[in-house]
Amino acid sequence: MPEPVILLDDLTREFPADPPVRALSAVSLRVERSDYVAVVGPSGSGKSTLLNMLGLLDRPSGGSYRLDGIETTTLDDGARTTIRGSRIGFVFQSFHLLPHRSVLENVMLAEVYGAAPRAGRRDRAMRALERVRLSHRVGFLPGTMSGGERQRAAIARALMGEPSLLLCDEPTGNLDSRNTDAVLDLFDELRAQGMTIVVITHESDVSDRAGRRVRITDGTLTEE
Amino acid sequence: MHPRDLLNEAVAGLLARPVRSALTTLGTVLGITTLVVTLGVAATAGDQIVGRFDELTATSLTVEVPEHPFPLVEWADVSRVTRLRGVVSAAALAESEQSANLVVRSNDVVDPARVTDQTLTVLSSSPGLPAAVKGRMIEGRYFDAGHIARGDKVVVLGRHAAELLGITRLTRAPAVFIGTQAYTVIGVLGDLEREKSLASAVILPPAAGARYGLGTVTRVLVNTGLGAAELIAEQAPTALSPGNEALLQVIAPPSPTRARDAVEGDVNALFLILGLVSLVVGAVGIANVTLVTVMERIAEIGLRRALGAARRHVAAQFLLESTLTGLTGGVIGASGGIVVIVVVCAVKQWTPVMDVRLAVLAPVAGAVVGLLAGLYPALRAARMEPVNALR
Repeated sequence: MPEPVILLDDLTREFPADPPVRALSAVSLRVERSDYVAVVGPSGSGKSTLLNMLGLLDRPSGGSYRLDGIETTTLDDGARTTIRGSRIGFVFQSFHLLPHRSVLENVMLAEVYGAAPRAGRRDRAMRALERVRLSHRVGFLPGTMSGGERQRAAIARALMGEPSLLLCDEPTGNLDSRNTDAVLDLFDELRAQGMTIVVITHESDVSDRAGRRVRITDGTLTEE
Repeated sequence: MHPRDLLNEAVAGLLARPVRSALTTLGTVLGITTLVVTLGVAATAGDQIVGRFDELTATSLTVEVPEHPFPLVEWADVSRVTRLRGVVSAAALAESEQSANLVVRSNDVVDPARVTDQTLTVLSSSPGLPAAVKGRMIEGRYFDAGHIARGDKVVVLGRHAAELLGITRLTRAPAVFIGTQAYTVIGVLGDLEREKSLASAVILPPAAGARYGLGTVTRVLVNTGLGAAELIAEQAPTALSPGNEALLQVIAPPSPTRARDAVEGDVNALFLILGLVSLVVGAVGIANVTLVTVMERIAEIGLRRALGAARRHVAAQFLLESTLTGLTGGVIGASGGIVVIVVVCAVKQWTPVMDVRLAVLAPVAGAVVGLLAGLYPALRAARMEPVNALR
């Protein structure tokens, strides 16, 4: 039986305060390959903290997190950075595209820090842009494109290097309904192609499109 | 991370804010320009000054002979100096306090109302004095070895002394009286380039001068060929007084090299400080702007960390950006400095002189300034936690 992409076991995150603030409380979660999971919950419930844990952007206070079968909580900073760069694709609410670089350069940036060879990087970036139907915008600067196009460019960047997990933080938060639908359609396509997707959202129309929905309330995760 | 990717990212980072990058570079440009101009003008000016060192100054030296229980230098010893390769002329002089102000009177009194008594300096010399002082005999001749050997009571007057004594022609073999002693004037010495005070002197042969305390050599004047002064300054004391050379004091012209170094040193000391201050100001400017840039690019740093950039990659990018800023400033500053030097030299009609290494070292200095200035901001950027940077 293949390893799940994500396996959280009693994952806890406490922030130092008096008394300590427990943002995640013994969270357990199993996400299989090709799962499309929406994490929903109100503001302050711990969604962002969970995303930071899943994205190896922050360290848990306790518990276990296995990504593709690798126990990540015991890894040093360098190893976590390598795994983050090679196995996780990020999609942010505010796109995080470099404004002075073209769409193609923004997408190619995803492979600058990894082990992927320089040769063929441009072709791979072009293929990623074709997957999100943005190959006609390669030379454009992000500021000249619509929000939906920018988010698709960010998704193309996240797809570079064929990551195991697409981690999306409010991916439609800055989009109108038409562009939201376009992005969600894209997620459906990616899932159909075998991509594992975890979407953090507070929008019901986004979470409704996911195959599975988990709710986080006061740091505790429940399956819906 | 491939070095070319690092370079691409750093260049792109700088070009993303071209105006700011240009203004940041300006500090280094000014600093490096000042440094290059300082060093170049100092070298040029030093060379110029040395070039204008006149031949007289560069070829004249004097050996001072101190008082001693026995004569350190005999009159005949001067001939050993003249035989040294590089010596053009030499003569020995004897001066004393006793003879510095003696009453000298001419005998051709025509007008009883005219004052013919003059207080003049009396000294004695060896025969080669006219050449040694680079003068010429306006009238008559200088005494020679024959006059000295015979103990002839002859005298040579400086031009001014002759005028004071009313002696203009020697056809009637005029005489002058020093005290009660009469001396025949055989020549008038003038047009002196060196020891111009001798124009007011009365010069006796050594034997005659002994009567006035002028029997012992007190100075030896030496003229050398161009470039020989330094060597002769070392050799002359030994030639004049073997075994006692340490007692003799040589007053030599300053070495051209030392003079140039001194000029460069003086100019450099002043302007190097200005240049370094400008560089420090430039470095502080780069550090400040880079730090502000780091703060402005927190989200970008977070993105890069999310994409797999290690701390060292982030630090390297910001360090390279500040280094490139410094290097650009160094290249522009060095070029500007060279242009300034050339313009200054064109205006002053000097020959530009510059160490070619400066053209390479100045940009390197700019890069080093940029590197040092970027250390702290780069460290700040590298220390950022991705979770905080993306927040």
